[in-house]
Amino acid sequence: MKFLQNIIHSIKPHFEKGGRFEKLYPAFEALETFLFVPGETTAHGVHVRDAMDLKRTMMTVIIALVPTMLFGMWNVGYQHYLAYGMEATLMENFMFGFWKVLPIIVVSYAAGLGVEFIFSVLRGHPVSEGYLVTGLLIPLTLPVNCPLWMVALAAVFCTLLGKEIFGGTGMNFMNPALLARAFLFFAFPAYMSGDIWTDLSPEAGHAIVDGFSGATNLVTFDVNFHNLPSASDMFWGFEQGSIGETSAAACLIGALILIITGVGSWQIIVSCVLGVLGMGLVLQGLAPADMPNHAMHTPAYYHLLMGGFAFGAVYMATDPVSAAQTERGKWIYGLLIGAFTVILRVFNPAYPEAVMLSILLMNVFAPLIDHMVVEQHIKKRLKRA
Amino acid sequence: MSVESTSAPAVQEKKKEALFSKKNIRTLRDPLDDNNPITVQVLGICSALAVTVQVKPALIMAVGVIFVTAFSNLITSLLRNSIPNRVRIIVQLIIVATLVTIVDQVLKAYMFDVSKKLSVFVGLIITNCIVMGRLEAFALAQKPWPSFLDGVGNGVGYGIILVVVAIFRELFGAGTLMGYHVIPQWAYDHGYVNNGLMVLPPAALFVIGVYIWAQRSWNKKLVNVS
Repeated sequence: MKFLQNIIHSIKPHFEKGGRFEKLYPAFEALETFLFVPGETTAHGVHVRDAMDLKRTMMTVIIALVPTMLFGMWNVGYQHYLAYGMEATLMENFMFGFWKVLPIIVVSYAAGLGVEFIFSVLRGHPVSEGYLVTGLLIPLTLPVNCPLWMVALAAVFCTLLGKEIFGGTGMNFMNPALLARAFLFFAFPAYMSGDIWTDLSPEAGHAIVDGFSGATNLVTFDVNFHNLPSASDMFWGFEQGSIGETSAAACLIGALILIITGVGSWQIIVSCVLGVLGMGLVLQGLAPADMPNHAMHTPAYYHLLMGGFAFGAVYMATDPVSAAQTERGKWIYGLLIGAFTVILRVFNPAYPEAVMLSILLMNVFAPLIDHMVVEQHIKKRLKRA
Repeated sequence: MSVESTSAPAVQEKKKEALFSKKNIRTLRDPLDDNNPITVQVLGICSALAVTVQVKPALIMAVGVIFVTAFSNLITSLLRNSIPNRVRIIVQLIIVATLVTIVDQVLKAYMFDVSKKLSVFVGLIITNCIVMGRLEAFALAQKPWPSFLDGVGNGVGYGIILVVVAIFRELFGAGTLMGYHVIPQWAYDHGYVNNGLMVLPPAALFVIGVYIWAQRSWNKKLVNVS
């Protein structure tokens, strides 16, 4: 540590005003504050000081993402060996997935941080930490077969049009990671749906097993929901899907970390779950009796376990920037996300990733919800006065 | 028709401007950048979304709009003193509709394919906010020649954006420009894929949005225009 500190101190003069690399100061500052706690204090005005600054918040989310990431890596290997009918140990599964997922993560960080650095140098503001989380969220929402240049393109797109154009971290009205995924979903539909969820790179001496189907649960259940895997399989995540989204259990661990540390809002997570259960039950009640296989008959709790709902509700919907801010607003926001998710899944087979679209939609509406909540509160207080 | 009217031309004679005086040049040039109908005034967005999937229809649409804005401005300006104020919108509509019908018939006669692609949007030039906006804001109060220049300027300003957007959308959405393959086959062989989003109308909004962003970054005059 001392050694690093010495280096930083010795090169610092070059980056300060009048130094040789004055223009690159933001990049240097980002590196310095990433390694060490900054040594300066604000000169004027009163500030709330808290150890829980933006960097710590982001790191907490990263830690909460670790379970889903590890499980996702293991599942990539598991699905691969399953498709070829091979036995593999836990470590083999994990290592296979690790080498498949690592490049995606690296590319996502490199592309997104590259854009951030360029902009911070151009605009002379410090590099913000917002991309730390986005950069890890993007790979976890993608299928493992996604070409790397698409990952890079999506990362650049979401940093540029989702964030920098509005003024950088904290100004984005939509979740950048979801924006990246939505961009890929509409730009390259052939690579984001269909039989792409399992890595089928050839294994010498083995053929793909008979009866292998590349369809995810969200496609299966629109045809006949009885074909879905068992609820426990879906809960633990032994199923095909995007890298990080399959396991509701891993997301649950992440949710606990977020809630205990106070980084994620429990109101949003709970209300999303309630929204799904409520709308699921309503649809079950309305389901036509003469079509016993219709998607409307799906038990409500299945919607919690299928697809990316758990991942979206825990990591995406709770994004403090793009979610609703008021207490009551958070409940409305979450309930509507849940309800829209179920409606889209059941009635629109063309867009199986309903969680993504409903969270983005509610991101757009969040300011309006907040506005109405505040207005209503003012009205109520005025009446009482 | 007495002393006044005879003396008036004499006064004008003294002040008569050159055809391309500084003021007239500004009339012509302003709508290209500083006062662009699409990116600054945000008019005519709907057709900019609809006809910019490929460059060729966009070019032809641009030419059509230039023709209509230029000549409707000219005709309205010529008639400006005899148009009763209360029915001016109807008179303008008749002028614009006549010109649009001419454009539509010419397209149908000589470029039937393109005319089918542009479909209803040629007819909708009538309701294009840019055309009516220029008639109301400029041609009704200005002499014919500046009006004509203003019409040409606004038409070209609209056309530039249309073509820029179309270039991006066709290049990335289909890999072609004016129907010719621009992106080489080896790129596809190495895993390049056309971007399906660029074919959808929202892509035009993205491109226009980025254009506005870039324009406001380089053009200092636009910094405080909301």
